[in-house]
Amino acid sequence: MTTLFGVPVQALLGQLLVGLINGSFYALLSLGLAVIFGLLRVINFAHGAQYMLGAFVALLLATKAGIGYWFALLLAPLIVGGFGALVERTMLSRLYKLDHLYGLLFTFGLALTIEGTFRYFFGASGQPYAAPPALQGAVNLGFMFLPIYRGWVVIASLAVCIGVWLLIERTKLGSYLRAATENPVLVQSFGINVPLLLTLTYGLGAALAALAGVLAAPVYQVSPLMGSNLIIIVFAVVVVGGMGSILGAIVTGYMLGVAEGMTKVFYPEASNIVIFVIMAIVLILRPAGLFGKDA
Amino acid sequence: MAHHSDTPAVPGVSVIPAAASIRVIFLLGLLALLLVAPFFLYPIFLMKLLCFALFAAAFNLLLGYTGLLSFGHASFFGGAAYFTAHAVKVWGWTPEAGILLGVAGAAGLGLVMGAIAIRRQGIYFAMITLALSQMFFFFCLQAGFTHGEDGIQSVPRGQLFGMINLSNTINMYFFVLGVFLIGLFIIWRFVNSPFGMILRAIRENEQRAISLGYSVSRYKLGAFVMSAALTGLAGGVKALVFQFATLTDVTWQMSGEVILMTLLGGIGTLIGPVVGAGLVVTLQNYLATSNFPVTIITGVVFMVCVLVFRRGLVGEFYASRLGRRLGLTSER
Repeated sequence: MTTLFGVPVQALLGQLLVGLINGSFYALLSLGLAVIFGLLRVINFAHGAQYMLGAFVALLLATKAGIGYWFALLLAPLIVGGFGALVERTMLSRLYKLDHLYGLLFTFGLALTIEGTFRYFFGASGQPYAAPPALQGAVNLGFMFLPIYRGWVVIASLAVCIGVWLLIERTKLGSYLRAATENPVLVQSFGINVPLLLTLTYGLGAALAALAGVLAAPVYQVSPLMGSNLIIIVFAVVVVGGMGSILGAIVTGYMLGVAEGMTKVFYPEASNIVIFVIMAIVLILRPAGLFGKDA
Repeated sequence: MAHHSDTPAVPGVSVIPAAASIRVIFLLGLLALLLVAPFFLYPIFLMKLLCFALFAAAFNLLLGYTGLLSFGHASFFGGAAYFTAHAVKVWGWTPEAGILLGVAGAAGLGLVMGAIAIRRQGIYFAMITLALSQMFFFFCLQAGFTHGEDGIQSVPRGQLFGMINLSNTINMYFFVLGVFLIGLFIIWRFVNSPFGMILRAIRENEQRAISLGYSVSRYKLGAFVMSAALTGLAGGVKALVFQFATLTDVTWQMSGEVILMTLLGGIGTLIGPVVGAGLVVTLQNYLATSNFPVTIITGVVFMVCVLVFRRGLVGEFYASRLGRRLGLTSER
């Protein structure tokens, strides 16, 4: 068997793929967090719960209404995004003028409520969700078998990340968003409805989390607590990348996913904590994060 | 949490002359209640309550008086429980030595975590403490001496100072009560010391404190370590009360719980966290027998507190007409 650094190449490539898949979810989730934080200055603790909601909506659409994966991929983000917008309009928007920590605490409470409710009705155990027939099976790449669905996750999340980046950096709506991030009062005085912009942004962030949830449903099991530990890792990703840039959030997500996968090959005991260790090192050397601008 | 604008000092309400004596009588009454309580209520429940009350008060030292929201205090609480339990059970240390080791261990953890976390402020600080405590959780899950999912079980309570048998529940209760009162006294002294005053100055206006020549990060680190050490005191005692130390106490949910206790009771009041801890522990006890998940109620209470009464129960009372007439002020 071929080896590289004393490790079978198959294992190395296998973990590289697992790392890329995890990294896809880190990137999608930290992107949503960065978009919300950029404009609302709120750290959305409910992001993990919204990711879980996305997966559950897909599952319930399939079991209760017979709606398949492809429609779920569209419907679940819409439903969860709408729910997010509702929460923002009715409750979260009251907290903007206070210390930003209240936003964090509020969304923490929201996450506990949502996860507790789903646990009450669906139990704590995971439920399987099948990948669509078109994406089942595997292809032989010569050096390894690639499950088609896993390849799809990497490509789809990359496409979504680039799409959101283009939306924010290259469109008129995106320019409003960036302007409102810099100076909301001035933007409002130009006749742009900033409160509506805030609601849309939170909805967009929640929808991104839900999209990640649908993508994750066939890979991991659908369970009420699937997002609760993930969100803490994503927080560490965001700290490493620095909240300043959207692109930074995406790149850091993939990088840390791969770093985690590689750790699983060379030193499995540390794979749970490697991202946190990297975070601590980055904080010591570069407190603003890899892509952050503010000190 | 700075920039709190909804606690104006309303003029026109004068403090009544007997206010000071009424406050003292009230405190003495509370103390008397704590002294007789174990003869009427389940002592283990009361001890649990006192441990969490001290935990929340130590946490409030950081949030209420320094303005730093730590999302990782479970590391110090659960970490100290592990250290104490291991020292007492495996090394055969006396309970007071075991608890001191727990305090020292929590302070050491606090020094490391604090030194990393204070490099960023506000929301970042909260996220970094959360991530670091999650790292500590995984360490506890894999380290040998914690026994992973099983935890350290059947920890002996031992003889306090070699004389008092702590297996006796009433002895144990008065020991816990003594630790609790000493802990609260230390916190009270600390926040009213010159050090505490500088912490408040940092909370109100960090830039100005820097320009006045204070080494802000050292003061923040000092407060962080102090809070961690007192949290360790609560955690070490809790390990002896329940005679076990488990992973539950190092989870991020535990860090969230102590935030809720403080928020519900009143950030920046000495009594608030104690009241908040009492309510949350009572609620958990009440719901323990039903299959209704506590997290739903915890979550809703969190949202309601943040949305409509950020001063907390005790803070609201202090801000009420009666509270102001009694000369009560909250530190917010």
